[in-house]
Amino acid sequence: MIRDTVRAFVTDQILPRIGDWFEQGFLPKELARNLGGLGLLGMHLSGYGCPGASAVAYGLACMELEAGDSGVRSFASVQGSLAMFAIHRWGSEEQKQQWLAPMAAGEKIGCFGLTEADFGSNPAGMRTSARRDGGDWILNGTKMWITNGGIADVAVIWAMTDEGIRGFCVPAQTKGFTANDIERKLSLRASITSELVLHDCRLPADAAFPEVHGLKGPLACLNEARYGIIWGSMGAARTCYETALDYAKTRVQFDRPIAAFQLTQQKLVDMLLELGKGTLLALHIGRMKDGGRAAPDHVSFGKLNNVREALQIAREARTILGANGVTLEYPVIRHMNNLESVLTYEGTSEIHTLILGQAITGKPAFT
Amino acid sequence: MKIVVTVKLVPDTNAVKRIDPATKRLVRTGVETVINPFDEYAIEAALALKEKLGGDTTVTIFTMAAESGKEVVRKALAMGADDAVMLSDAGLEGSDVWASAYAMAQALKKIGFDLIICGALAEDGNTGGLPNALSEYLGVPALTNARHIEISDAKVKAQRETDSGYQVVTGALPMLMTVTMAVGEPRYASLKGIMGAKRKTTAVMALSELGLEKAVGTGGAKTEVVEIAARPARGKARVEEAADGPAGAKIIFDFLKERKLL
Repeated sequence: MIRDTVRAFVTDQILPRIGDWFEQGFLPKELARNLGGLGLLGMHLSGYGCPGASAVAYGLACMELEAGDSGVRSFASVQGSLAMFAIHRWGSEEQKQQWLAPMAAGEKIGCFGLTEADFGSNPAGMRTSARRDGGDWILNGTKMWITNGGIADVAVIWAMTDEGIRGFCVPAQTKGFTANDIERKLSLRASITSELVLHDCRLPADAAFPEVHGLKGPLACLNEARYGIIWGSMGAARTCYETALDYAKTRVQFDRPIAAFQLTQQKLVDMLLELGKGTLLALHIGRMKDGGRAAPDHVSFGKLNNVREALQIAREARTILGANGVTLEYPVIRHMNNLESVLTYEGTSEIHTLILGQAITGKPAFT
Repeated sequence: MKIVVTVKLVPDTNAVKRIDPATKRLVRTGVETVINPFDEYAIEAALALKEKLGGDTTVTIFTMAAESGKEVVRKALAMGADDAVMLSDAGLEGSDVWASAYAMAQALKKIGFDLIICGALAEDGNTGGLPNALSEYLGVPALTNARHIEISDAKVKAQRETDSGYQVVTGALPMLMTVTMAVGEPRYASLKGIMGAKRKTTAVMALSELGLEKAVGTGGAKTEVVEIAARPARGKARVEEAADGPAGAKIIFDFLKERKLL
């Protein structure tokens, strides 16, 4: 029923408009309240106004949202799995009380600042710093490629301190905090991506997450968001496959629908196989996660495979649509371009390969 | 106030429908079952009233359907209804509008109500006759085709849609009402609603509990489907040639006017 509800929402509210949003590089802010009203923001968290759904239910929602557009799913992922999860997992009781319920309702928007322009796959080298000044913290640095940055009410910022990496809740109106939206993207255009600049941002002592020190703080959050992508990418792939199948059945060349040609059938069947396998993989990892048995390696396995295959399905679907495939009249090229970002963010395919390489050989090959 | 919404479970609107030539009935197996889309508007109207009236207003979903439809009914609970009652009995099979209305009326008397809200039509049978038959059996007035509804002090004031506009109609509770699609778009079931619906009750009622005095099912039906036929194929489209834009506009204008669409 969760799947049906999200699918109906996407069909009614997203699909009629998403082509225009993508073209204009726009995501309406009220979408947050709509998603919040449905209970999709932070849906797998419990308490503080969050419904506490299972990992599989959360995955199904991601799949249906991304069947609409990766940008829409990204919004929900960043809000729920990065910003809200970080506060839920690492925040103080006061931070949870202040932010989680309004974020679940979509009244407040969050973003997650880990990546920097020069430190993407290697966040441990981050230059953003936080130093103590009396009882306060002073934050300096620049974060890059931050989804929801320009529309956020609160940013979860990871910064290097004398005690290692620590997380901070930074309200957007804090003096010295600015967000500059990144223009001229040709991917995830229906999504706000920003640069966050922190210039002598003074925060009270209790802005820091109390417990967590080191990279395990942000990595735990990334693992949550990556999990959603395992499902989401299959949603995008499904839309591409279904579009190609419909098109192939009605597009006539040489006096018959192109679906009747062996080469087209080969493409469609290859797409179907990978779509089916990827969806089953998502379900399997989801069930492992619900059973408390999913390790980060499993999530890497799913993210690497499913995004790679989704991108391949999108490209193959594009060839079936011929020239029509490059226009926004059909969803395929939009998904294809979006998936280029999805392939890179939340751990590049190279990094996930190395994580799996380390898991099977016992030898880290990161450096 | 107790609002009861009658809901019919129908084959998926988008599915290709087939009629069994032997029984002359719609084949319901092998097709996904959904809540009759018109009834979703009735649910929306009831939930909106509940929100507006607050207090002890409750919304009960009532359906006459096989017990296997419980999962489908749960969607109405997920949308926000408080509980549901299903009248499920093999003896109801073959009931026409008359027999269905009789059985449903007896069940509704048992459930109790201040206001019954029905969708204007069911997607499968398309008779639109049931609500009126139901009001007759229940001995309550039927306010049909309502859109904007206000209730205060057990008095109902509603806008009743007509071909040319609307009438403002008033009446006293208890009553039965049918609503049009202008009553408001049905809400989505929220995640909290979906999870909460698992804890709501769906009671199942059998015919033996109703003390019926009239036959229902095939034996109680007053109508019989004599013949079924496929819809005739659509004829060729009319092609008009126009000398210029204004002449073309005139042809379109006359065409619409002839059909009273202007």
